[in-house]
Amino acid sequence: MLRPRIIPSLLIHNQGLVKTTAFAAPKYVGDPINAVRIFNDKEVDELSVFDIDATVTGRPPDYGLIQRLAAECRMPLCYGGGVTTEAQFGEIVSLGVEKVAVSAAAIADPGLVTRAAAMVGGQSVVVVLDVKRRQGGYEVFTHNGRTATGLDAVETARRMADAGAGELVINAIDQDGAMQGYDQTLVAAVRAAVTVPLTILGGCGSLAHMAGLFRDHGTIGAAAGSLFVFKGVYRAVLINYPARADRDALVAGARS
Amino acid sequence: MIAIVDYGLGNVQAIANIYQRLNITVRRASTPAELAGADRFILPGVGAFDWAMTRLNDSGMREPLDAAVRAGQLVLGICVGMQMMGEGSDEGHLPGLGWVPGRVRRLTAPPGSVLPLPHMGWNDVSARPGGLFEKLEAPPRFYFLHSYYFEPTHQADVLATAEYPRPFAAAVQRDQVLGVQFHPEKSHGWGIQLLRNFAEAPC
Repeated sequence: MLRPRIIPSLLIHNQGLVKTTAFAAPKYVGDPINAVRIFNDKEVDELSVFDIDATVTGRPPDYGLIQRLAAECRMPLCYGGGVTTEAQFGEIVSLGVEKVAVSAAAIADPGLVTRAAAMVGGQSVVVVLDVKRRQGGYEVFTHNGRTATGLDAVETARRMADAGAGELVINAIDQDGAMQGYDQTLVAAVRAAVTVPLTILGGCGSLAHMAGLFRDHGTIGAAAGSLFVFKGVYRAVLINYPARADRDALVAGARS
Repeated sequence: MIAIVDYGLGNVQAIANIYQRLNITVRRASTPAELAGADRFILPGVGAFDWAMTRLNDSGMREPLDAAVRAGQLVLGICVGMQMMGEGSDEGHLPGLGWVPGRVRRLTAPPGSVLPLPHMGWNDVSARPGGLFEKLEAPPRFYFLHSYYFEPTHQADVLATAEYPRPFAAAVQRDQVLGVQFHPEKSHGWGIQLLRNFAEAPC
């Protein structure tokens, strides 16, 4: 049985790990490599790391950092940030990363997704869509939510799947850091439009939120930032992740 | 000693790190000379079939690996590394290594249903007892990331299966040639034990 995935999503800013709220107010939560080691011990399903400086400052991916992350990870790793060419996909995969995420560059040129898939295989090409709720739908943003594209999120999701993306990460900017639950309306709209694997990010504040996602959408990726780096109402930094038995119970409960 | 074939694809360092923690000596080999002296080989792989075949062919290490297989040395292919062991793939045009009779096919949905591809995530594996799957915490589960699977010509070569949604070969073995479709280097305790089993398998 293929299980839904529970995925910590980490953000890198000024070499450190941070957690944002509504894509702003980054709070330092620790050292990336140290966090990977803790997540290894907790046997996480998969890990996502996004360098949120690269695209906005126009610099290429930090290959040294990616190599250190990949070597340390005993779980599958998805890297995103600053990727603009298919050659960079190849380079990052060759460093031992399973999945490479792209956003702004793919939205500007969906052909990049197709070319990258021909090289590294579609299974390793992930497109991230950062979206905000708008009258009558959702709009795609890029550059850490600073650049509005005018594009409809569901239509863009379909276009990226058609271009050959192996996975879409749907990131709800309005929900980021709020820990009030996923935007289920958004998930349902994207789910109905595409068949590629989806990972949902933005708003998760409890395992119950994930269980709800699995109950409604079956095998899907449930990603969270705050939930896995903060503890308690005062948001004390504590890297955490549910134990395997708790995850199995959560998945079994959602299927029954 | 184990040589991990480093032709620029697959997670060589993650595999090496696991063996280092197990106190098992491995060597990263990126040239034919670096393969010399090894008695077992790991062929990792990520990427499209033709791209991976091209990178391996260009590395100069294909011929020494062919010779090792002919000599009956142990080889473990991982993901696309396993797929390359067949005769060819529906994903590409280049011939495979031909070590295990069979062909790589695309996963498909039963008629009338829709199958999300790639097959991505943790899935249960049922394996023939012993060998590579010895001493694994039951039921074993591994991380998969692929849209194509290896279909051996001989059913006897299927060592383990997983279901998505139909059963397919999650692992194959023909003589001393072994392949796994999942990523043991990314599968926590199950993968670590499997890699240990490969290192300790009798020649």
